[in-house]
Amino acid sequence: MKRLKAIGAFWCDFVVGDDWRVAVVVVAGLALTAVLVHAAGVNAWWLLPVCMFAALGWSLRRATRP
Amino acid sequence: MTALPLILTVFVACAVEATEALTIVLAAGLIREWRSTFQGLAAALVVLAVIVAVLGPTITLLPLTALRLVIGALLAVFGLQWLRKAILRATGYKALHDEASAYLREAAAAEQAAVSSRHGVSDWYAFTLSFKGVLLEGLEVVFIVITFGATQHDVGAAVIGAAAAVLVVAATGVAVRAPLARVPQNAMKFTVGIMLTSFGIFWGAEGAGVSWPGHDGALLVLVPVVALVSLGYTALLRHTAAAERAPADNPAQEVTRS
Repeated sequence: MKRLKAIGAFWCDFVVGDDWRVAVVVVAGLALTAVLVHAAGVNAWWLLPVCMFAALGWSLRRATRP
Repeated sequence: MTALPLILTVFVACAVEATEALTIVLAAGLIREWRSTFQGLAAALVVLAVIVAVLGPTITLLPLTALRLVIGALLAVFGLQWLRKAILRATGYKALHDEASAYLREAAAAEQAAVSSRHGVSDWYAFTLSFKGVLLEGLEVVFIVITFGATQHDVGAAVIGAAAAVLVVAATGVAVRAPLARVPQNAMKFTVGIMLTSFGIFWGAEGAGVSWPGHDGALLVLVPVVALVSLGYTALLRHTAAAERAPADNPAQEVTRS
């Protein structure tokens, strides 16, 4: 069980990295894009780049805040 | 899209990781012994090759839309991690990765460890140091090889990029017999971060159902935009860091202000 937990923690850290909030923003951005495209018929190609740049800026701000 | 961007991205990413792995292999080989070090290196390369051989063809069996959505999300998260780290290092908020000091740390630890033989390996410490170093550094490369290769249906081209980088770094390491401290690792990491993030956005959005203006040509705009935004954040953080240091550099100014 301990080994399984360690393997899970390793892969989580490997994929998600230092700031899990970035991963959450990426997934939320993709979900919102899919909803806009399929439910509202909006070709929201611009949404994901905006989410990504905001996530990067937010993460950098958190990392450098005194 | 041609195979060239795929090969170049994998080549640069792999060169960064191979440089870090080389430092560990050199520490194990020069301080301990080469035979066990090479056994560890070979074992790790076999494990990495098996992962690519098993996951590569399996992942390409997924439907393209689902594949692009999942891989786009993973690449975007991974790319932003690389960019974040590279920007923090470039602006002094995080220490630059220094191969020379990393080598000294590994070498000091290797000197103190006791010699023991196991499973036909004469120096178990050298074997495990080399195995773990190559496997851990190689996993990121395997991830990039599989995701890029699978989405482009060209795992072979990705493997060529990775193999070329390993050969170049290994040949240079053998020639200089020292850690490659002069490799501009952070600039390379920054470049790979931009490519991973751009492709992550492109494929992720396509997987979510988006139709990009200009189709594949959108990447020619997306890559420079991601680069510009990242450079903008770097400039902004450099400015902030300089402003934070200014009062410390000039105590008289601080006194005058208070």
